[in-house]
Amino acid sequence: MEAGAQKTDHEAVYEPRIVAFCCNWCSYAGADLAGTTRLQYPPNVRVIRVMCSGRVDPAFVLKAFALGADGVIVAGCHPADCHYINGNEKTAIRGDFLETFLDEAGIEPQRFKVEWIAGSEGRKFADTIKKMVSDLEKLGPISQEAAQDE
Amino acid sequence: MAEPAKQDNTGAVTPKTEDGAAAGPKIGVFICHCGSNIAGVVDCGKVRQAAEKLPGVTVAKENKYTCSDLGQEEIIKAIRENGIERVVVASCSPRLHEPTFRKCIERAGLNAYLLHMVNIREQCSWVHSQEKEKATDKATDLVKMGVSKASMLQPLAAREVPVEPVSLVIGAGVAGIQAALDLANMGFKVNVVETQPSIGGKMAQLDKTFPTGDCAICILAPKMVELARHPNITLLSYSDVEEVKGHIGSYEVKVRRKSRFVHEDKCVGCGLCAEACPVKVDNEFDLGFGQRKAIYVPFPQAVPLKYTIDKENCLHFKSGKCLLCAKACSNQAIDHKMQDEVITLKVGTIIVATGYETYVPMRKGVYKYWEFDNVITGLELERLLNASGPTGGHLVRPSDGQVPKRIAFIQCVGSRNKKINKNYCSRVCCMYAIKDSQIINEHEPKTEVAVYYNDIRAFGKGFEELYHRVREEYGVEFIRGRPAKLTEDPNTKAITIRAEETLLNKITEREFDLVVLSTGLIPSPGSEKIGKVLNLAVSPDGFFSEAHPKLRPVDTAIDGIFLAGCCQGPKDIPDSVAQAKAAASSAAAPMYAKKVWIEPLTAVVDQELCVGCGLCVELCPYGSPELVPGEKGGMKARAIEALCHGCGTCAASCPQKAISPMQFTDTQIFSEIEAALHEPTKKQNGKKKAEAEVS
Repeated sequence: MEAGAQKTDHEAVYEPRIVAFCCNWCSYAGADLAGTTRLQYPPNVRVIRVMCSGRVDPAFVLKAFALGADGVIVAGCHPADCHYINGNEKTAIRGDFLETFLDEAGIEPQRFKVEWIAGSEGRKFADTIKKMVSDLEKLGPISQEAAQDE
Repeated sequence: MAEPAKQDNTGAVTPKTEDGAAAGPKIGVFICHCGSNIAGVVDCGKVRQAAEKLPGVTVAKENKYTCSDLGQEEIIKAIRENGIERVVVASCSPRLHEPTFRKCIERAGLNAYLLHMVNIREQCSWVHSQEKEKATDKATDLVKMGVSKASMLQPLAAREVPVEPVSLVIGAGVAGIQAALDLANMGFKVNVVETQPSIGGKMAQLDKTFPTGDCAICILAPKMVELARHPNITLLSYSDVEEVKGHIGSYEVKVRRKSRFVHEDKCVGCGLCAEACPVKVDNEFDLGFGQRKAIYVPFPQAVPLKYTIDKENCLHFKSGKCLLCAKACSNQAIDHKMQDEVITLKVGTIIVATGYETYVPMRKGVYKYWEFDNVITGLELERLLNASGPTGGHLVRPSDGQVPKRIAFIQCVGSRNKKINKNYCSRVCCMYAIKDSQIINEHEPKTEVAVYYNDIRAFGKGFEELYHRVREEYGVEFIRGRPAKLTEDPNTKAITIRAEETLLNKITEREFDLVVLSTGLIPSPGSEKIGKVLNLAVSPDGFFSEAHPKLRPVDTAIDGIFLAGCCQGPKDIPDSVAQAKAAASSAAAPMYAKKVWIEPLTAVVDQELCVGCGLCVELCPYGSPELVPGEKGGMKARAIEALCHGCGTCAASCPQKAISPMQFTDTQIFSEIEAALHEPTKKQNGKKKAEAEVS
């Protein structure tokens, strides 16, 4: 179906939809810290908590795109800071794979990000969301054809 | 793309119905206003109305405070009266109140793991406070995701594990010493690991303590001795924690006992070796003001009183000759061939007390610490005032050894300064400057002391009184303003401070014989290392973060690991001791109980689906899955529950989707993704079709 038609009827402005997978120990805590310090960011993101970013099966990311997500973020602990020793190393590898795969499927690289966000980096979490929303606003809605192609 | 397994490997499948008929478990949704924290932004009534229409939801309620007694009672009532089988609480972060609500539903007879928390405070109302409508939409979506996941939750049984009644205390400053003594006095065995040759930490370097003027080492040394002699304590000084594995109850800890090149059991601390040693170097304990030999104890009251060879400076290690120390030792305690030793400890709990370091002024900074001899730091002043310090407690200035008649303190050096990313107040500098100005006047009456400050923070018991006393009794002058420029008289080495005195609204230039920078507290380098070994979370200021700033001040996010003293943030001695006692009591609780319940969030392998490829075995950082012969032949993976930490990286890579990390199964996560992106409008149908085609 037409991607343009996906825009919500009641609003003329395009509201990108972002799914963020956050690890419990660092990036989810970072997102919580953004809250406790009242750092404002656009409400376009839906966070799914996982224990480790290494839990994020590439299929989750592809599924999100297939269901119409305009952007997907996988956020974990900084390298060498993983609560589970090295889960984030696997995230990095899967992230590289996904980037190549999405590129071939015609999905713009700005739509998928692997970010390392520490529990103390509330600011970075807020900035990451802001950046992706502004990138996606420039980019417009995801091509449903490309998303479904996967 | 890969389609999710239609069936949850844990067994029961919850059919999802489009029309909202309650074919699955009955779900109760409890939406918290959190006073106005949530309700001030999110239209909770609207969220509740939307929740009521979700499949499976039989009860949807709003509460002013869901975590309160009344709020919890309402959940319990709904479980008992409405037969609620899954509970969704939309409130704060699960990192805060998940344990609270798990206990709550358990009280009503429901399995604790049939709870799902939806974070509409930290991740919604607090971050979208200006966009009420969108925040409400987001909260509605988040609740929908939560309900969807909750319908998939399965009961789990928490795992009981035994707790080794032995603790490990890392760092033996005053906090570590106190925590170790408290635990040892309760009857627990304690291993104390200290990286330095002696215990005592920073407190051992201080002269007197504020506000009472107790001599630091006089009150600390007895505790140091008591620790070393305590039958329940094993002191591992000059040692580092290198690796920690396991979980609460049974941590396996590798400790490197660095070689002192002196056998502790033979050394009696007589000091003949140091007398014989021909090498003199700056003593770090005196911050470079005094000297020590290459074989040394850092200070006379060191515990254990065992000598250590500093390999970097020892002539024997440099030239292969000398050995004068070994000749001088009548006990044959010295052994230049001694090697490091790595030992393994098994402990149930860990207390981290790795302390602080003092801020080092910048090389090119305004205060010219590195250029002018007579600009020193607060800790250096402590050593100069200390009776066992390099000057025997005689306060002299570094340039010429003369007694300074005019002394200035500059406050907030390395604290409350955004430019250097040290935004926090170090909490002790005001008081140590005030205390030192008193001691200076006791040493040399009529010394003129001026304190350049931003705000005086004299907040503790007896602090304000001391602040007044030094002003009234000793005429200490307090000048509000941050110095802008320091210049040195090349002949007299006196320092002129140019500052704006904001209370007088004028710029002044005043000359002093000695300038003391009241440097702040920063995380110790040891903390950084230990933080990595233990995987501890760090606050923006670089200190370890506690599990909750108000209610769990000594806990970390990891069960069985506690914090004491300045590793958690700057604090004075009474606060460090109080926190150490709190950490000891928190660590004692599971050790008394001898067992704890740990979360059953481990991975489960479906033997039917597993093809025994062994990828999970390769990926697991804990060695949990193992390949075992399957019942129907072939090799099958099996997760070893005790080793599994529940990260789920095995499941993410399993080509057969045979592995389910409990509470984070494929089906559960896919259901959240679907709910997140499922639009409430009819247009969704077209999309659903597209999705069906893909699969």
